[in-house]
Amino acid sequence: MRGEVIRRVPGGIAALVLVGLVVAPWVVDDYTTAILARTLALALVGVSVALLTGVAGMPTLGQTAPYAAGAYACAVVGSRVSDIGVVQLVVAAAAGALLAALTVPLVVHARGVIVLMITLAIGELVVIVLGRWRSVTGGTDGLAGIPPVRPFWGLPALANDQARYLYALVVVAMLVGAVLVLLRTRAGLVLRAGRDDETRLRASGHRVALHLSGAHIAAGAIAGAAGSLLVVAQQYISPADFGFDTSALLLLGVVIGGTASVGGALVGAALVIAVRDWLFGVLPGHAPLVLGALFVATVYLLPTGVNRARGRLRPPNAPAPQPDQPAAHDQTTVAELHR
Amino acid sequence: MTGLLEAQEISVRYGSLAALDGVDLRIHDGQRHALIGPNGAGKTTLLNVLGGSTRPHRGTVRFDGRDVGRLGPAARARRGINRIHQRPAVFPTLTATENVVVAALPRVIPRRRWWPGGRRRAAQRLAGPLLDQMGLTAVAAVPAGHLAHGQRRQLEIAMALAGRPRLLLLDEPAAGLSAIEVGRLVELLQALPRAVAVLLVEHRLDLVYALSDTVTVLRDGQTLAAGTPDEIRTSPLVRQAYADGVA
Repeated sequence: MRGEVIRRVPGGIAALVLVGLVVAPWVVDDYTTAILARTLALALVGVSVALLTGVAGMPTLGQTAPYAAGAYACAVVGSRVSDIGVVQLVVAAAAGALLAALTVPLVVHARGVIVLMITLAIGELVVIVLGRWRSVTGGTDGLAGIPPVRPFWGLPALANDQARYLYALVVVAMLVGAVLVLLRTRAGLVLRAGRDDETRLRASGHRVALHLSGAHIAAGAIAGAAGSLLVVAQQYISPADFGFDTSALLLLGVVIGGTASVGGALVGAALVIAVRDWLFGVLPGHAPLVLGALFVATVYLLPTGVNRARGRLRPPNAPAPQPDQPAAHDQTTVAELHR
Repeated sequence: MTGLLEAQEISVRYGSLAALDGVDLRIHDGQRHALIGPNGAGKTTLLNVLGGSTRPHRGTVRFDGRDVGRLGPAARARRGINRIHQRPAVFPTLTATENVVVAALPRVIPRRRWWPGGRRRAAQRLAGPLLDQMGLTAVAAVPAGHLAHGQRRQLEIAMALAGRPRLLLLDEPAAGLSAIEVGRLVELLQALPRAVAVLLVEHRLDLVYALSDTVTVLRDGQTLAAGTPDEIRTSPLVRQAYADGVA
């Protein structure tokens, strides 16, 4: 009975959150709605981070790179070519995937902290390019005045914050659904196996580097699509949206949410961004300090993430781990990130 | 007559130490061959060379008539060389069934090649009977990390068979098993499909004699003797080597 209740907790929470997200624009003011839309975009990047960190076992600080590529591609297309949302989304996802594909040779053979360092460098390089390539990106001033998006041919332009928020919500829901479906396929199974034991996977005859490259490009496409949502939500972008602090916050959010859980990544990333934006008003100038403390507290108190802590409430009839074996990790732990 | 596996003049050095020094080995289709010798004789090193995880300094490895010397473990597995490790290597967070499915995927032949999910379904069809054969049906849905050591060993054999091997490399499969589990292991290995060739590295000579048709004895990285189990059992040279090795 107790086990049954515990098993249903995540589903119940997910349903509640979903209902809350749908009714939110009618409950909160326009400013908050706009922040929520932007948070949704970042939460989607968080999902791509979780896909790489938790599922594929490649901890990353560089998902802001495809995120930025997608956002700028969308902004340029939105200003000069088409105001259709689907077109912008596809272009943004393609740009994110392309950037990820270009960086595959750099990341796919590295592991652990080395991946963190390489992806961090890629993210920083992209920000520098965005600041310098003035003719396309507008330099550090960014791109402003991007016209409101029309989701599909024949539909009206999204003229207010509520409409833009709901557009972002629908896109995020569809993409997260697609990721969840993907994780249930052969590709998801092989990725999880590779995170468990890469050498073993290779010994079975799998082309591990190929699988990891596929995951990296798919995560790039998701982050790129998220970039398009940021453009829709803000109608303005600048290199400041894609700095190191954003990468670090996303990784923090994903670690808090439990790296291998897509739902956890969404909630964790959203939570961290919300805390940052809220602290920005309450404790001006001290938000990074509080977030840093939050990160340290997470690492010490919940080394495997909140979602994992829930797993400690194991139903009584579930099999216990063998005493001679460390408990099976169903998520990349913070400790593993440091290996 | 050419063999399924032909290793010639294999030499591996670690610094000034010659782990293997000009070893030859030939295994035919379906042959059950054992590799024995005192500690440090180079048995596991030879398995590593054949499995592709160690590159020899000299010598060639041919499998099914082709030179596989430059191929890594994954490419060799796709050609039919599968390995069972000293410590059972399974995917701890995946269920027993998922473990077998993952192992089966690279070599599985789907009914409809371009049908989405066809490979996975074909692998899934393989998994049930294999788990049943290994006596693991009851724990098919349990994460492999929660299985007992002996069950993990059985799961690893199921995974190796799922890869449709032509040659199984077994590295001390009885290590860490109880007497009952060893008995079960011997039954399982004796029941392997006759087409599968086996190269067994094992310390326990009773297992070697029960499971193999031919035996090679290594000592200090060189072939000391080769022959049938009876010939090896009665060879004074081998007795002497084991006496030295134990002393």
